[in-house]
Amino acid sequence: MSIDGQPTTGPDAAGTPAAASAPAHRRAVIVGGNRIPFARSGGAYAKSSNQDMLTAALDGLIARFGLQDERIGEVAAGAVLKHSRDFNLTREAVLGSALSPETPAYDLQQACATGLETVVGLTNKIKLGQIESAIAGGVDSASDAPVVVSEGLREVILDLNRAKSLPQRLQILSRLRPKDLAPLAPGTSEPRTGLSMGEHQALTTAQWKIPREAQDEVALNSHRNLAAAYDAGFFDDLLTPYRGLTRDGNLRPDTSLVKLATLKPVFGKNLGADATMTAGNSTPLTDGASTVLLSSEEWADSRDLPKLAAVVDAEAAAVDFVHGKDGLLMAPVFAVPRLLSRHGLTLDDIDFFEIHEAFASTVLSMLAAWEDEEFGRTRLGLQGAFGKVDRSKLNVTGSSLAAGHPFAATGGRIVASLAKTLHEKAGAEGRPVRGLVSVCAAGGLGVAAILESL
Amino acid sequence: MTDKYAQLVNQGLGRNVAKKLGLPQPAVLRRYQPGGPLITGPILVLGGTAGADSLAAELLSWDLDVRRHAVPREKLGAIILVLDEVTQPEDLGKPVLSAAASLRDLAPGGRVITVSRPASDATSPAAAAARQGVDGFLRSLAKELRAGATGNGILLAPDVHTTSPGALAAARFFLSGRSAFVDGQFITVSTAAGAPPQDLEQPLKGRIAVVTGAARGIGAAIAKTLHRDGATLVLVDIPAAGDQLAAVANEVRGTALQLDISREDAGQRILEHAVQRHGRLDIMVHNAGITRDKLLANMDEARWNSVIEINIAAQLRINEALLASEHFRTSPRIVSVASTSGIAGNRGQTNYAASKGGVMGMVRATAPLLAPHGGSINAVAPGFIETEMTAKVPLVLREMGRRLNSLQQGGQPTDVAETIAFLASDAAGGINGEVLRVCGQYVMGA
Repeated sequence: MSIDGQPTTGPDAAGTPAAASAPAHRRAVIVGGNRIPFARSGGAYAKSSNQDMLTAALDGLIARFGLQDERIGEVAAGAVLKHSRDFNLTREAVLGSALSPETPAYDLQQACATGLETVVGLTNKIKLGQIESAIAGGVDSASDAPVVVSEGLREVILDLNRAKSLPQRLQILSRLRPKDLAPLAPGTSEPRTGLSMGEHQALTTAQWKIPREAQDEVALNSHRNLAAAYDAGFFDDLLTPYRGLTRDGNLRPDTSLVKLATLKPVFGKNLGADATMTAGNSTPLTDGASTVLLSSEEWADSRDLPKLAAVVDAEAAAVDFVHGKDGLLMAPVFAVPRLLSRHGLTLDDIDFFEIHEAFASTVLSMLAAWEDEEFGRTRLGLQGAFGKVDRSKLNVTGSSLAAGHPFAATGGRIVASLAKTLHEKAGAEGRPVRGLVSVCAAGGLGVAAILESL
Repeated sequence: MTDKYAQLVNQGLGRNVAKKLGLPQPAVLRRYQPGGPLITGPILVLGGTAGADSLAAELLSWDLDVRRHAVPREKLGAIILVLDEVTQPEDLGKPVLSAAASLRDLAPGGRVITVSRPASDATSPAAAAARQGVDGFLRSLAKELRAGATGNGILLAPDVHTTSPGALAAARFFLSGRSAFVDGQFITVSTAAGAPPQDLEQPLKGRIAVVTGAARGIGAAIAKTLHRDGATLVLVDIPAAGDQLAAVANEVRGTALQLDISREDAGQRILEHAVQRHGRLDIMVHNAGITRDKLLANMDEARWNSVIEINIAAQLRINEALLASEHFRTSPRIVSVASTSGIAGNRGQTNYAASKGGVMGMVRATAPLLAPHGGSINAVAPGFIETEMTAKVPLVLREMGRRLNSLQQGGQPTDVAETIAFLASDAAGGINGEVLRVCGQYVMGA
């Protein structure tokens, strides 16, 4: 048990090693997934709403697995940038899809971890026997983001609504000032610090002394791996084109370290020469949607559908970034050791790592923390460093730097791609293969999950 | 994609003007409607042979109104000329002239069907002459018919009777609105194989069918038609067409398989998908195809190779995988889309015509390989069909394409689809290695 409030294991940390490899419940499996290509903000999907994109991703999934008129146990999805009219976004998307209209749905929101958390919540329901099948998903549009009126205008409008007489109304209207009429654009700043996510990460990057070249290399690998996966047909059964886009709009197959090195820093500019985060090694604002089909083994078998991987377990964590104890996006650094420890696993037991690339330096800061003896002892409560991630096993089919990052859609992209990778590897090697997913999120949140091949 | 001219001359003023000026007046074709009658009006069966008698009896058992002799001034749905025993050209006169007397009574959308035997296995020059005479006769008569009526022929191999399953399936197809755009064509029934349909409304019920190029145009129409006929569908198209493919799949309650058929392992991928989801594969429709038109003098390697690769080489590889699979053994059916360009040639389409000629060669050579499994392989050769692709043809060429056939109009994608559904049916098992044109008797080609 750590002395620092981030224990490495769960409630039974002091007791026996967790025996979670023998599940007390039935399995929840990943049947497959579907997403639309991710588009750069203001690009191909500039005129598409969250509901349009989520419906398109659902319809592609339905077509792939023949789910027309099927009553799915439950569909859960969400969006980070969400208009108030979309209070029932997922249910509305279901009603607009080819699924049975008797399919229940709910919305979920956990910043960038939304997509992964829908997978976690729904697989838990499947494991408990509450539902047989489920679709997890997420969508985000940075192009079609809701624009909000100012607090001043909002108060006036609400008071006007309550006013009973004309003089009252005139009196209320007289309170309006020109500045109240300016709309508020959506921002990605942290409410408690006022800093953007990029500025927060710039602090973490500097703290862990992550060099520029290492970040550019992560970005380069992301583009190369994603391009290679496309060329190999890897996404043929993971993606359905949308609005003329057949590949992720952000993918630059021909980028190079030289090209990436020419880009000017955009975050942490106050750090002067130490500023390392550029548009090339940070994710761009993106539009897109993803879905994952989940079920019990019986459900998949009865419909002759594939079973790619099982969702074994998941762990959420949060950090105190407000007081600067940890970096904003460093919560997975704590979630992963707790999760692995619960299963008696180490980083060496993982065959594939999917660490969401919010920024190249986020991934590198996490890896640095895990390799740091001091951090391992004082913050993770271990004997020494947590361990080293074999970089050849990291984000092997590309990640967010290349694909883009429509916030809530990233979890679904990762889970479906990883499940397919695990299934293929297990088939090729004739042994079970294990994968780890880690997603950082605004608010100092992080979620991690273990998948196992079937 | 709409034929505005045909719409114009089929109503009010336009009809009168076209009639006075002697302009072409394409008829609105009689097309199949589920639940509708096979044909409206009595069927006149001419010919004094035993084959004619048994065919007439069979049609009666379908609850059709059958006549063995014409009733003066009675509107007829169809005339069937049974010429299965002609041995010399003089034998044609009597039945043909009795048909002539009834031609004016043929209703709009009516049918003339000849039933005869192929000249190729006649035992004497005179018999071959008589049999081949039917060919010239029928093709000419088809050009004389008006108001959407068509003329087609059924050729019966030596062991095949007028009431063998394949012969009856062909007769049913030609009588029905399913054959609306098939005109002046012959189908050879080579064996007595095939089973009578269990469910006339859903002849493909329980069958697992794969359609390539299913995202749009003719492929989407094939998917919808096979679905209507009861088949369970796996729809294939290139990944880049996945959104349209998904929309078609969701409409026909099938599954979408995004796959480039030119991949080396395409046949395996198709089999894996079909077998995993449905346990087997029964019907393979090779519809995917591309055009990369250029005069040969300007032809480059990429244009030539891509057309050959996708239109024929990919089909050969996929068929090889299917033929080797134990999961393609239940009365398997392969239907390929060829083209009239592959029969008659077309300027600027040397690559395309080579590939489509290749399809026809493949079909004929593959037929004996499928026969032992009760299977069949056939091709349809569409003429001018109203699709997104032909809508881009320049106006004058497009109008020529439309009018230069006996029905004076382009066909619809459903016309090709109906013919494919017919060839894919169990009942059509005796039809193997055939190329059937769906072209309204286009002037181009045989």
